[in-house]
Amino acid sequence: MRIRLHTRIRTAVTGALALSLVSGCAQGDGTGASANTVTYWLWDASQQPAYQACAKDFERQNPGLKVKITQMGWDDYWAKLTASFIAGTQPDVFTDHIQRFGQFADLDVLEPLDDLGVKDADYQPGLAANWMGQDGHRYGSPKDWDTVALFYNQKMAKDAGLTADQLNGLAWNPEDGGTFEKAIAHLTVDNKGRRGDEPGFDKHDVKVYGLATNGGGDGDGQTQWSNFAASAGWTYTDKKRWGTEYRYDSKTFQSVIKWYFGLAKKGYMAPFTDYNSQSNQANTQVAAGKAAAAFDGAWMISSYEGFKGLDIATAVTPVGPTGKRATMMNGLADSITKNAHNKAGAKKWVRYLASNECQKTVGGYGIVFPATPDGTKAAVAAYRRKGIDVSAFTEPVDDKKDFATFSYPITNYAADVYALMHPAMQDVFGNGKPVSSLDQTNSQINLILDQ
Amino acid sequence: MTIASSSPPSRLPLSGAEGARTKSRTGREGAGESRGDGRLAAVFIAPALLGYVVFLLWPTLRGIYLSFTRFNLLTPAEWVGLDNYVRMVHDPIFWDSLTITVVYVAINIGVQTVSALAIAVLLQRLTQSAVLRGVVLTPYLMSNVVAGIVWLWILDTQLGIGNEIIAAVGADRIPFLADETWAIPTIALINVWRHVGYTALLLFAGLQAIPNDMYEAAKVDGAGEWRMFWRITMPLLRPVLAVVLIMTVIGSFQVFDTVAVTTGGGPANATNVLQYYIYGAAFARFQFGYASAMSVALLVVLSAITVLQYRLTRAGHTDLG
Repeated sequence: MRIRLHTRIRTAVTGALALSLVSGCAQGDGTGASANTVTYWLWDASQQPAYQACAKDFERQNPGLKVKITQMGWDDYWAKLTASFIAGTQPDVFTDHIQRFGQFADLDVLEPLDDLGVKDADYQPGLAANWMGQDGHRYGSPKDWDTVALFYNQKMAKDAGLTADQLNGLAWNPEDGGTFEKAIAHLTVDNKGRRGDEPGFDKHDVKVYGLATNGGGDGDGQTQWSNFAASAGWTYTDKKRWGTEYRYDSKTFQSVIKWYFGLAKKGYMAPFTDYNSQSNQANTQVAAGKAAAAFDGAWMISSYEGFKGLDIATAVTPVGPTGKRATMMNGLADSITKNAHNKAGAKKWVRYLASNECQKTVGGYGIVFPATPDGTKAAVAAYRRKGIDVSAFTEPVDDKKDFATFSYPITNYAADVYALMHPAMQDVFGNGKPVSSLDQTNSQINLILDQ
Repeated sequence: MTIASSSPPSRLPLSGAEGARTKSRTGREGAGESRGDGRLAAVFIAPALLGYVVFLLWPTLRGIYLSFTRFNLLTPAEWVGLDNYVRMVHDPIFWDSLTITVVYVAINIGVQTVSALAIAVLLQRLTQSAVLRGVVLTPYLMSNVVAGIVWLWILDTQLGIGNEIIAAVGADRIPFLADETWAIPTIALINVWRHVGYTALLLFAGLQAIPNDMYEAAKVDGAGEWRMFWRITMPLLRPVLAVVLIMTVIGSFQVFDTVAVTTGGGPANATNVLQYYIYGAAFARFQFGYASAMSVALLVVLSAITVLQYRLTRAGHTDLG
């Protein structure tokens, strides 16, 4: 009996070991790690077919190499990527965002890509340069880009007597808001049918806001206040890249913020309480007919175009005090992880992703603007075939005389900056805290950057 | 069968051939027997012990160790002594988080306990319906995240059906989750909605243990329901109520998921409860050392509250019999 018991224990232990070995193997298969497979992660589901097409061409040109693409939603993406770095199950290549770049560089999880031969001139201006680390090495290869423009409900604009030309010719200033504020006020209608610029307008009983809200905008204000701040001549930091001091204490910046959030106080922009990052973003407010217009990024084109029963068009950002229009131009990149299982294959794949050939393929799907000029052209043509005019997004890149494009702030401690600016901007927008309170937040941020 | 026959527990009466066979094999009672018990006990305890060590003891000890380090998960931890604790004491956001959490717990536990007690007493005194007991439990079957998202949509200021109804009756829309005054009470009540049925059932189980003849005797003496509640139900339910309170308070202090899906700690940190702040420090800012220090602080606070509650409510004693 005793022997049998021991035998059973032994059998059980052996079984458990065998099971763990099996599951270990299964895990290996799950990440797709092997000598002839390159694992690639991205978060945008709508882009997956385009990159799948690239992968097919790549596999044909590189017999024996396979690309395994995994897509997951934005939040899961970053959580899983972090976990994968710790567990050693990271993908060989992943789509990288400039906001995370500083942190990943700090954590030393990215492979330098200097030998890929990425040339600035091959891509739209600024896209390649943004992915140079402070150590002078390249950590990302340009993939695509986006800008921000004004999406508007054509019927509401027509009812307000505003033409596309007028909406594309607006100007603003932080004193009286200029023609931009006038247009937004005119697009606003209260429940009794009075427009925002008409006598008797009730700002507490608004039916349709002229401008939707996307919240406080954290430290970047990409689709909120960034185009205004930049066209007023403000920059996030003291240097274009890897700045060491933020400038949220600037008088120019604070006057822009005061005016911008003031639009909500006047009843022209949806108030902070209408915004929810989960349930009610700017695009939802436009889709629900609660707002006539919204600043949003090129990545949202398909969403706005897909609103049932609504005819949406886009206009360029307004001219600011500098005499130029401004829009944030953000570009994603492909990065290789430092502990990639298949580094050689990963480099081949990234080189292909960065090539004109793949970027033209991706452009042909009309879902994103690829980083190379030819890729962008292919995308514009594809959008046109779908009946979508994307010039409000491409003009700022082509026309440097009238437009200024700027990038996300690229610094160390981006997550700490977010943690401080996220509540601080909500406090100003939602709780009516004075903009001068940003002085203190700015000192805290700069103290962290000084470390 | 195999296990039992190879090492017979000495106190269990074994009958028939099996008992005799075992006895004849081991030959004697006493030391040998208890050694056999020890091995058997080890086999039985091992899985639970393994789980305890791997999932509780080791992480707790490691968490305490990490609270004295600077650690970003990917590079080796660096010993910094009490730096994280000094930083915590001087961190206004930490103290805000703690205050917000305490306010949340007060609203959540206060409303939940009173409502659960009322439901439990009604279930006991008015109905015996198992269906009704099932219905009371329904919200608890939903995951916290799903419950949070559903309420988020219902309460959305501009589009939520809750606010549509408020607007339809002519009142001002209420920014339940977007206003700093409303957000914490709203989250507390969402969690009351989800947990109240479960808490009521726990209390109901406690009520079942109170002998019915006490109520009958009281009735004979002319006591009404209200008087019986205060003189019989409450004193006799006290030990169960105390345990339920200790459990729910600990759970309440750990609020995280509802906040994460409804407000993300906002607006302007108004719902930045301690667990959410700890999570942000660790998983968004990679400050695992500081996050560990705050977790240790939470552990201390919870232990103190539990001991205090246990003493104050004399949870270990019953007034029955």
